Amino acid sequence: MATPAPMDSDKIKGLVCRECGKEYPAVSLHVCDMCFGPLEVQYNYKVIKPRLTRKAIEAGPKSLWRYVDLLPIAGNPTVGLAAGFTPLVPAKNLGDELGLDTLYLKNDTVNHPTLSFKDRVVSVALTRARELGYDTVACASTGNLANSVAAHAAAAKMQCYVFIPHDLEASKVLGNLVYRPNVVEVEGNYDDVNRLCSEIAGEHRWAFVNVNLRPYYAEGSKTLAYEVVEQLGWDAPDHIIVPMASGSLLTKIWKGLNEFHKLGLIDHMATKVDGAQAEGCSPIATAHKLGRDFFKPVKPTTIAKSLAIGNPADGYYALKAAAESGGTMDTVTDEEIVEGMTLLAQTEGIFAETAGGVTIGVLKKLVKQGIIKRTETTVALITGNGLKTQEAVMNAVGRPTRISPSLVHFQKTFGLGNHER
Amino acid sequence: MAHLRFHLRFPEDKIKEPVLCQINRAFPKVDTNIRRADVREKTGWMDVEFSGDPAEIERAIAGIRQKGVIVDPIELNVVE
Ligand SMILES: Cc1ncc(COP(=O)(O)O)c(C=O)c1O
Ligand SMILES: [Zn+2]
Repeated sequence: MATPAPMDSDKIKGLVCRECGKEYPAVSLHVCDMCFGPLEVQYNYKVIKPRLTRKAIEAGPKSLWRYVDLLPIAGNPTVGLAAGFTPLVPAKNLGDELGLDTLYLKNDTVNHPTLSFKDRVVSVALTRARELGYDTVACASTGNLANSVAAHAAAAKMQCYVFIPHDLEASKVLGNLVYRPNVVEVEGNYDDVNRLCSEIAGEHRWAFVNVNLRPYYAEGSKTLAYEVVEQLGWDAPDHIIVPMASGSLLTKIWKGLNEFHKLGLIDHMATKVDGAQAEGCSPIATAHKLGRDFFKPVKPTTIAKSLAIGNPADGYYALKAAAESGGTMDTVTDEEIVEGMTLLAQTEGIFAETAGGVTIGVLKKLVKQGIIKRTETTVALITGNGLKTQEAVMNAVGRPTRISPSLVHFQKTFGLGNHER
Repeated sequence: MAHLRFHLRFPEDKIKEPVLCQINRAFPKVDTNIRRADVREKTGWMDVEFSGDPAEIERAIAGIRQKGVIVDPIELNVVE
């Protein structure tokens, strides 16, 4: 259902169909009326370019809103004001371990407020939802997205519906309930939930962030690319490793890098964007390996549940983006995911969720295969916090060492000897 | 009257079957309108709009599923 747009700022041109190129005003519409292709936000770069300088950006807020000129909102941000601008951490220890001279981790495990990169997309989507006159937001999700929508809706005093499959783990359900949205458990299998939510999005005047607001929502992911470039001192890396579920994040990283280049904020951009998936759910990476421009949907079986999308909405575009950039894609087993998580924690002190294990596991593989060379500047996107997926590493981290409250026993147990003063 | 949009995937052995024709005949009150399609030798998909009474559309969709065609929302996966 289309909604009239408010006074749009001149920076947003409108929406455009990714397939047939038909143009639309910037309303809540996500599928082309003509061909049913997905829609994307288009900007007036001519208007944006003169005012968007490195200096102007550096003077902006320490959040993703310093890039507001390239985000699809008409006025000032009103939701998620503290999201983004997470640390870019030089990872010397992990680099040494893997054989890379210059490795950085983009650490979205500490994104505000729900500890995943979804806080970026949701901030943009809810700000836009308000501009379009919505008072109710919704999403269908099994994890990070639901947490972020529920938290932001609470803070923004918006009505909220979160749809989840009825057999989700208790801890994930709780992570939504605490914000008091309407949490709707849908009976039936995963496909039933999926179809119902898509139909609800078509029927109710709600801002369904990843359905009818998807064109706006997805743009929030570009800020990860912008921040990486700015934090590298206005330089684009040689490689960025991106975990993929729907494939939207990867697509938008590529878009963001190209925008910065086109707008003259960086002189040179030859970044290869590499995609990472779990072997148990790798429709996009498998298509890439087979050299196909289309993917075959799969039934996911992996511990990387945040990446378990068997029929990814942006899979086709992610394949295209990676190919255009000269990047590659690869997969890791569940075992390698856990190894990646513990390696990251033990070398850099960052506890990432399973998606981070996928990223590190694939990074390790690409370095080993010589696809990423030792001297290439590489950035790995760590997109979610390990506290959310503790069960994944439960059996891989050992137990505490138990002792009696005795100094001698302690020293003996740890081979520390008896230090005489 | 409802307009619902679906992405239909045809398994290899169903590509040559006139599934939509059969459905149109079985559910004459539901209109189907193909907007986009890609049918190759071994894979095939179509984006189709179904118009009519919502309950009748549901029955038509169930009929298509029964013929071994996989039906997803036009948005593909929305449970992120
Ligand atoms: C932690 C984490 N990383 C990465 C992704 C991948 O995002 P996309 O669906 O844009 O490919 C998700 C998506 O759910 C996620 O939760
Ligand atoms: Zn179109």
